[in-house]
Amino acid sequence: MASITTSEAPRASVLSSLTESRGFLSAWFMLPSAVLLLVFLTYPLGLGVWLGFTDTRVGRAGIFIGLENYQYLWDDSIFWLSVFNTLLYTISASILKFVLGLWLALILNENLPLKSFFRAIVLLPWVVPTVLSAIAFWWIFDSQFSIISWALMELGLIDHRINFLGDPTNARASVIAANVWRGIPFVAITLLAGLQTIPQSLYEAATLDGAGRWQLFRYVTLPLLTPIIAITMTFSVLFTFTDFQLIYVLTRGGPVNATHLMATLSFQRGISGGQLGEGAAIAVAMIPFLLAAILFSYFGLQRRKWQQGGGD
Amino acid sequence: MKFTRRDVIRTGAGAAAGIVGSQFLGRPAFAQDAPKYTPEQGASLRLLRWSPFVQGDEDSWLANTKKFADATGVQVRVDKESWEDIRPKAAVAANVGSGPDLMLVWFDDAHQYPDKLLDVTDLGDYLGNKYGGWYDGPKGYATREGKFIGLPVACIGNAIVYRDSWVKEAGFSEFPKDTAGFLELCKALQKNGHPAGFTHGHGVGDGNNYAHWLLWSHGGKMVDEQGKVAINSPETMKSIEYAMELYKTFIPGTESWLDVNNNRAFLAGELGVIANGISAYRTAQINKDNDPKLAEIAKDIRTTNLPVGPVGQSIELHQTTVAVIFNYTPYPNAAKAYLQFMFEQEQMANWIEKSLGYCCQTLKGFADNPVWTSDPNAAAYSRASETLRPNGYAGPLGYASAATMADYVLVDMYAKAVTGQATPEDAVKEAEKRANRYYRV
Repeated sequence: MASITTSEAPRASVLSSLTESRGFLSAWFMLPSAVLLLVFLTYPLGLGVWLGFTDTRVGRAGIFIGLENYQYLWDDSIFWLSVFNTLLYTISASILKFVLGLWLALILNENLPLKSFFRAIVLLPWVVPTVLSAIAFWWIFDSQFSIISWALMELGLIDHRINFLGDPTNARASVIAANVWRGIPFVAITLLAGLQTIPQSLYEAATLDGAGRWQLFRYVTLPLLTPIIAITMTFSVLFTFTDFQLIYVLTRGGPVNATHLMATLSFQRGISGGQLGEGAAIAVAMIPFLLAAILFSYFGLQRRKWQQGGGD
Repeated sequence: MKFTRRDVIRTGAGAAAGIVGSQFLGRPAFAQDAPKYTPEQGASLRLLRWSPFVQGDEDSWLANTKKFADATGVQVRVDKESWEDIRPKAAVAANVGSGPDLMLVWFDDAHQYPDKLLDVTDLGDYLGNKYGGWYDGPKGYATREGKFIGLPVACIGNAIVYRDSWVKEAGFSEFPKDTAGFLELCKALQKNGHPAGFTHGHGVGDGNNYAHWLLWSHGGKMVDEQGKVAINSPETMKSIEYAMELYKTFIPGTESWLDVNNNRAFLAGELGVIANGISAYRTAQINKDNDPKLAEIAKDIRTTNLPVGPVGQSIELHQTTVAVIFNYTPYPNAAKAYLQFMFEQEQMANWIEKSLGYCCQTLKGFADNPVWTSDPNAAAYSRASETLRPNGYAGPLGYASAATMADYVLVDMYAKAVTGQATPEDAVKEAEKRANRYYRV
């Protein structure tokens, strides 16, 4: 009996001290998340970075080749074209999504008849699977059967069909338009949620001080909305920068690589072309741009000075 | 039909053995040579194939698969993916070692991961011996270092599909047989409002077929026999100049075309000439009762082989599809038994016939299938397996040839030059640089 007593007492005390330890409990509760992050995020990311330094091909393990993949990409005009396309696509689409999304959010924040119905409708482009909406746009932008071309020709505004996806400039504009259409609901609904958190009393106080509608927006709405704008636009930029499906369905990077994004080029070289190492290098080359976007959002858009309505 | 010396010896020896054997055994020749694969206990298979363009192909394939399941008890699930998605899916399956047991892959895909595929040499040799031998082109796609790493199932022939009345209206009593005459025809068709349209976009089949025809018909080649990149040549320059002239006669938008665009525009009556599989014609024919416009088009369609260029002979890429078994499959015997069953006379002949000329036989013994003579428009597709030139000519098939095609090096070269985004010289230089990357210079 004595031996049992002496052996159980320390065990119980260790257990109770562990359950009362904030450090242990924190670590214990975070463990599942940490495992998930390690297995599904850190490991693939690390593997991708490693592959970028190898000449791994589909079906064959590679060897370490240092920076050779990056050296080749440095001189590869198609890679730089894809970088340009990605930046143009991301910046243009994000600006348009922000402006149109904010505008839509402001409208939906007003007391409109059938407000709930319209709010639900606005979400539709976001709800429809990307591949389906991309196929719809494929028809809309078809060089022979575009409804836009047809309508404009019927109205007598143009005398020949618009070469939406065959001309590089048109193709870029078309894929950006499709992305904007799809991305607006996310921005609009998230900003709408932000708008609804702004206390009405602030507007009333500003109105009493003689503020007009523009001043209300500039000095009340915008500063208080900035934190949610920062988060929304960070996600929006990330989604846009890494877009793949729209391009893959609409143009597969054409015409002559004019709409190839880094993500689609990475897929074409890495998976279809079998050069996993080079494909991974292209994917890794996206990371600095993504980090820059995140840093800009966090350290730029969340600046307290801006949020208080001030400038630099 | 061309038999190589080896085919003749093999077939002759086999025939002699068969006759002798049958005298004693009273069984058909070669039956004794047929490999016997006993499916593993509880085996079931999953096959991933490309989406059919002719419904009869899928119907027959599934019916044959069901027959196999009924006969052996091995259930086979047949999944399908769009053409373009087959290549990446196969690559991923090979690399991660998980996925379908069998796949119908394209071109030289199998050469990208030969170590991941089951050796089916016994089956390949058996079928070759039994059915008059394999055609060299398809066999090349499925063999490596003398071993079968897959079985070539079919060639999807590519041919000119045109509107007869519009060609006649343009002043041509018959379709031109050479590239010079073809250019004149396209100019005349454009003048009459019935332009030609050939894919300059990233279409796996149509884009590559057209680009390779342009190159090869003018004597150009991507690499030489040793696999050294040889695209930068006077012949390539001539082919680009020709492509630029031809492009001027096309309907606008061909730079963005993928595999289905030309069929769609042709069947809408927008185009006078395209290059395509027989599916364009068959679609019009099958749907003619529901659509008077398609009935008229079907009646007016004629097919012929692509014009011969300065090299003086008909050379085309076509598309070859190869059945591969991944070596991770837990049921290799069942998978081999399935392929054996699908290639045997009753199933294969039925499949070729029901494919309505879309799938050309890879075994010479099936060349007399009635599908090739039942409709004059099928004739242009009947010799696809016999006349095809493999991708990556004149070098060896392998990872580099497959990757060069997958990265659209040749397609982009022509597209860049014809659209004026690069001079012909710059377009060739860029293609040379990109190809060198894959051929590791």
